[in-house]
Amino acid sequence: MEQGKIIRVAGPLVVASGCLGAKMYDMVKIGALGLIGEIIELREDRAFIQVYEDTTGIGPDEPVYLTGKPLSVELGPGLVSSIYDGIQRPLDIIRDKEGDFVTRGIEVPALDRKKKWEFLPTIEKGQSVQAGDILGEIEETPLIKHKIMVPTGSEGKIVEVKKGKFSVEEAVAKIQTEDHILDIKMFQTWSIRKNREVRERLMPVDPLTTGQRVLDTLFPLAKGGTACIPGPFGSGKTVVQHQLAKWSDAQIIVFVACGERGNEVADLLLSFPELTDPHTGRPLLERTIIIANTSNMPVAAREASIYTGMTIAEYFRDMGYSVALMADSSSRWAEALREISGRMEEMPGEEGYPAYLASRIAEFYERAGNVICLGSEGRKGALSVIGAVSPPGGDLSDPVVQSTLKVVKVFWALDDRLANMRHFPAINWLLSYSLYTENIKDFWKDQVAEDFADIRQTAMQLLEEESELLEIARLVGVESLAVRERLILESARSIREDFLHQNAFHPQDTYTSLRKQYLMLRTIIHFHNSAIRALEDGVSLEEIQVLEVREQISKMKFLPEEDAKLLEVYIQIDKTFKNILKAKE
Amino acid sequence: MYKEYLTVSNIVGPLVIVEKIRDVKYGELVEIETGDGLLRRGTVLDISTERAVVQVFEGTVGLGVDESRVRFLGRSQQLGVSEEIIGRIFDGSGKPKDRGPQIIADKMLDITGEPINPQARDYPSEFIQTGISSIDGMNPLVRGQKLPLFSGSGLPHPRIAAQIARQAGVLGKEEQFAVVFAGMGITFEEANFFIEDFRNTGALERAVLFLNLANEPPIERIATPRLALTCAEYLAFELDMHVLVILVDMTFYAEALREISAARKEIPGRRGYPGYLYTDLASMYERAGRIKGKKGSITMIPILTMPEDDKTHPIADLTGYITEGQIMLSRELHRKGIYPPIDVLPSLSRLKDKGIGEEKTRLDHADVLNQLFACYARGKEARELALILGEAALSDIDRIYLQFADRYEDEFVRQGEFESRSILETLDLGWKLLRFIPRAELKRIRPEYLEKYYQEGK
Repeated sequence: MEQGKIIRVAGPLVVASGCLGAKMYDMVKIGALGLIGEIIELREDRAFIQVYEDTTGIGPDEPVYLTGKPLSVELGPGLVSSIYDGIQRPLDIIRDKEGDFVTRGIEVPALDRKKKWEFLPTIEKGQSVQAGDILGEIEETPLIKHKIMVPTGSEGKIVEVKKGKFSVEEAVAKIQTEDHILDIKMFQTWSIRKNREVRERLMPVDPLTTGQRVLDTLFPLAKGGTACIPGPFGSGKTVVQHQLAKWSDAQIIVFVACGERGNEVADLLLSFPELTDPHTGRPLLERTIIIANTSNMPVAAREASIYTGMTIAEYFRDMGYSVALMADSSSRWAEALREISGRMEEMPGEEGYPAYLASRIAEFYERAGNVICLGSEGRKGALSVIGAVSPPGGDLSDPVVQSTLKVVKVFWALDDRLANMRHFPAINWLLSYSLYTENIKDFWKDQVAEDFADIRQTAMQLLEEESELLEIARLVGVESLAVRERLILESARSIREDFLHQNAFHPQDTYTSLRKQYLMLRTIIHFHNSAIRALEDGVSLEEIQVLEVREQISKMKFLPEEDAKLLEVYIQIDKTFKNILKAKE
Repeated sequence: MYKEYLTVSNIVGPLVIVEKIRDVKYGELVEIETGDGLLRRGTVLDISTERAVVQVFEGTVGLGVDESRVRFLGRSQQLGVSEEIIGRIFDGSGKPKDRGPQIIADKMLDITGEPINPQARDYPSEFIQTGISSIDGMNPLVRGQKLPLFSGSGLPHPRIAAQIARQAGVLGKEEQFAVVFAGMGITFEEANFFIEDFRNTGALERAVLFLNLANEPPIERIATPRLALTCAEYLAFELDMHVLVILVDMTFYAEALREISAARKEIPGRRGYPGYLYTDLASMYERAGRIKGKKGSITMIPILTMPEDDKTHPIADLTGYITEGQIMLSRELHRKGIYPPIDVLPSLSRLKDKGIGEEKTRLDHADVLNQLFACYARGKEARELALILGEAALSDIDRIYLQFADRYEDEFVRQGEFESRSILETLDLGWKLLRFIPRAELKRIRPEYLEKYYQEGK
């Protein structure tokens, strides 16, 4: 291996001389400990290296080994259920080897080399294959069939395909390419900074259902889309993300805890094995991959962690899965970028962030998408990305937020004022938006109900009117509003409290199917419409306010997912209003 | 014997630049001998083949370019620990300050520490009863949590911190408990207040104090909290003790960090604080926690005074992103004469959900908490409205909420400095106040609890 010599150490930045021949973003190993680093700048024979581990004790004249390969991840069976650090080292194995604290210079392969996997070929000898074609399957977990694909850039005829138990390093098939015979192993490596190729990109048209009413109904995310959650601290962002990981209907979840709190990651790690996937009844961990680089772990590895996660997510998308990547938080990632940029003495842009911040963010989100994967069968895959940002002081003019909003299509505005009122999820219905509502209208029509989009629109309108009316009421008092307007206030409040408010820790309330969401909202709107008619027929607002059926509406969220019970409330409304009118006569 | 360098070329603020060095490592501990034979210590911040940038803990006053002798000690800064450390008082760089003997070390520990493997962490779920209603009832603290006190100049945060240290305990358990206290840049009076308070309540025997006072070198403050945390890790994970770490005042710590950053001519981030402030704070705060299979724990209460009570100030803001919530003090409540002036609305304990409920506190705790919160928030809104329109313009229900808010502050938040309320007392007090509100309004409480507690004693 070629080697250079350290000439400077400043925190996570190491400069080495004698590195002619090294390339940008090549991986290097530093000093006797073999700390892992990546080249981020080259000046003549000097390489500027960001180091993924603490550099205490490293000094000039120590060697730097050039591996000549970019920082890569291993992709193959054994990924699912794993918990990795920012550069794909398995944290559980590190713990077994080194104890409770993460020491330096540990080298552990990302995929277990010894474990044998049962490989079932789906292809026969003699068939022609191209990159992305599936050779066979492995049942990685009861939830996930791991598909072994022909690596990018290869094609040819199958000359041999095996069946049986193999470890990841053994060849399971041989392909005759133009000039040689290629062994296909069960794993491949891929540079984390390079997009995995696809055949074609499509518009996102299906919603990613999350069971969270405010998200699914008001601000839906499409499969293959991008969303951003900013939130001042204490606004419940983390809970929302955990809920998404638990309940969204993606087949694979990649959760990148980037610069997160250790205890929250611990919660994730401890709670995932206990949670069951609502769609299959199996443990949720069987379809989850966690990348955890807590805030006190080395800053450069934090920078790499979201790319590690993204590459793994793309790999599963290529198999034809719907994948959701959650990055919490991209602000921490941007700060890592800034910290390294500062150490390199680059000219800073806004708020000290490097000038290339916006393009890096855009590149990252652009890796999401609804696609036709490589391969001859034309299977579809989707990768949805949900990035959390934590702007300083909740200030949305922060460059990270602004650069993110320029590229994402859904914005879930967490609001600490709502959190203070204990309205959870504290997603502000006036500030949030989704640009996918048009894309997925057809899906709603076919799969949920003909009038779902209309009911949603009515609800949005009531909420909008409420904010205007509240403004007026603040100036002149509620009493001076017209009765009809006061009813709007009441109905909007019902939408907020009985529909949007959702308790993540209540067993029934934590998840609501689209069908139930529709029925709930329809019932609330039905009450509103009935009440408007009743007002016109001379019933007073006070009479409507004390109706017992309102309590039933407010309890709908706790009802089980049965149409009959939910419809009963709807019918009850009709009965109630009929009775009032009858009494009037 | 260490090699001695007489090659100091520049002294800038707290930094000393040494030329023509060999075999020096990043992060190495450095000894500098002044012309008149005094010893200063520091660490290497930046090292190249030609020169080392050394940050001097005790400050550079009295150091000269021509007569300073520099020795590189070949190791990073360490703390010697043994069981004897409990009950002792040290200065900000780890030297005994209580006229006691030097610690005979069982072990030398590196003060930077290593990150806990997230896989090894155990989730904090044991409720700590602090005896303060506005914390226990509304934002409960759990073992292994880091919950800062966000305060302002002139607010009684030392008294609250001392009260927590005095009263904190886990329900129904007798365990080995210790307090590790790090004072950074605090005044003699503040330090003395804590020492006296610990002494009077007998807490001093199970406390370790590291004190860097306001007139002591600011650069030393960089090491002080790390010494304290290294000590805490030793007590928690090797001696199985439950350790409460109090760090006062993180604002002074961050200012010291800024001073070094400025001296190094680094590109400043917000308000002149270095871009790595977040990472630096995290490397300390994240040392709190529990480890699977270990009996001990580290619970941390950092205290910071927000300049101009501004919670968006970088120190408060970044702290909030790392810690699991915050206890916010309110100047308004303080002016009203309410002790402890804890403003429950912006306060938050992120780990409370697993720390409360059946067997931990009481089944209805979560609902009561949410309901009190919602009612108080509504009451405060009504109060604002009343300010503008006059109380007469309020609707009947708003007036009830307004009264609720007043009583809530007066009866629930307010309590004596030496009054320790059990969690059951706190919850009953909550119910007593909730009975003020018409039952139909209490939407955050599950019907079965309303059935059980709302009627009771009415």
